[in-house]
Amino acid sequence: MTAPAGPDGRTLAGSGAEAAKVQPIKSDEDVVRVRQLVRTLAVTARLSLVDQTKLVTAASELARNTLVHGGGGEAQAELVGKGSRAGVRAAFVDDGPGIADLELALTDGYTTGRGLGLGLSGARRLVDEFELDSKPGAGTRVTIVKWAR
Amino acid sequence: MERIPVLKIGDILLVSIQVDLEDQSAIQLQDDLAEQIVATGAHGVIIDITGLEIVDSFIGRMLSSIASISRVLDAQTVVVGMRPAVAITLVELGLSLRGVRTALDVERGMQLLRRDRPARSTDLNGGGPTAALAAGQPVFPRPAAGAAP
Repeated sequence: MTAPAGPDGRTLAGSGAEAAKVQPIKSDEDVVRVRQLVRTLAVTARLSLVDQTKLVTAASELARNTLVHGGGGEAQAELVGKGSRAGVRAAFVDDGPGIADLELALTDGYTTGRGLGLGLSGARRLVDEFELDSKPGAGTRVTIVKWAR
Repeated sequence: MERIPVLKIGDILLVSIQVDLEDQSAIQLQDDLAEQIVATGAHGVIIDITGLEIVDSFIGRMLSSIASISRVLDAQTVVVGMRPAVAITLVELGLSLRGVRTALDVERGMQLLRRDRPARSTDLNGGGPTAALAAGQPVFPRPAAGAAP
């Protein structure tokens, strides 16, 4: 399930066409591993400390969603580039029940689980690009990007 | 799963989180603290999060519930050592840590707990002049806004 490296040509030039790193999400420990993977990439992309923290926090929320709501899945994370800017892209993918009402799911305080309902909406605020792709019965894919300033 | 140690210093319980916190460890810590407060009769809990690189909505909710649980058990909770980047991220995520008292470091957290205790012990009649004095608040009510000629 590895995403092809930069279908839109945004994978960092000169990085040897590295494929996205994949971290399965099957347990609490895996959520911690996703944070560590994303943190490592954020440091490589030279994100500021605050931006690293925002990205890792968003990744933590989304990885937990994949585990709790999607019944497990995986995270795919990679370095991306746009002009001279570097960034980190991470996708969170599951084959779970999917989301029927995307608008509602992105509303602050809306929750179906054990959280505060800030997972999706909060994560969206913490990153530069956010894409939610989901259909009932067809799983969920959330892709985020954070760029170095 | 890593278990976070709870230390007892006088009538204060000190928890220093030094690992990347798994959700299960956070829940375990909440249970351990509730038990330790009752077992030791502690009146204060200090949670040092200097070692935490992120606080997401799950960890934030855990901190809030520890504060609420300990309040019901007659103990005050102070969260200390939050990193600046974590504070910025928390606010943007939309977490207010309602009901959680904070201090910059363990020493100031201890001072806060010591300062509060005498005021609380005279608070049997719902406050009053003695409690207000001990808490360093004005004893006489100020004229209501707009009451001045």
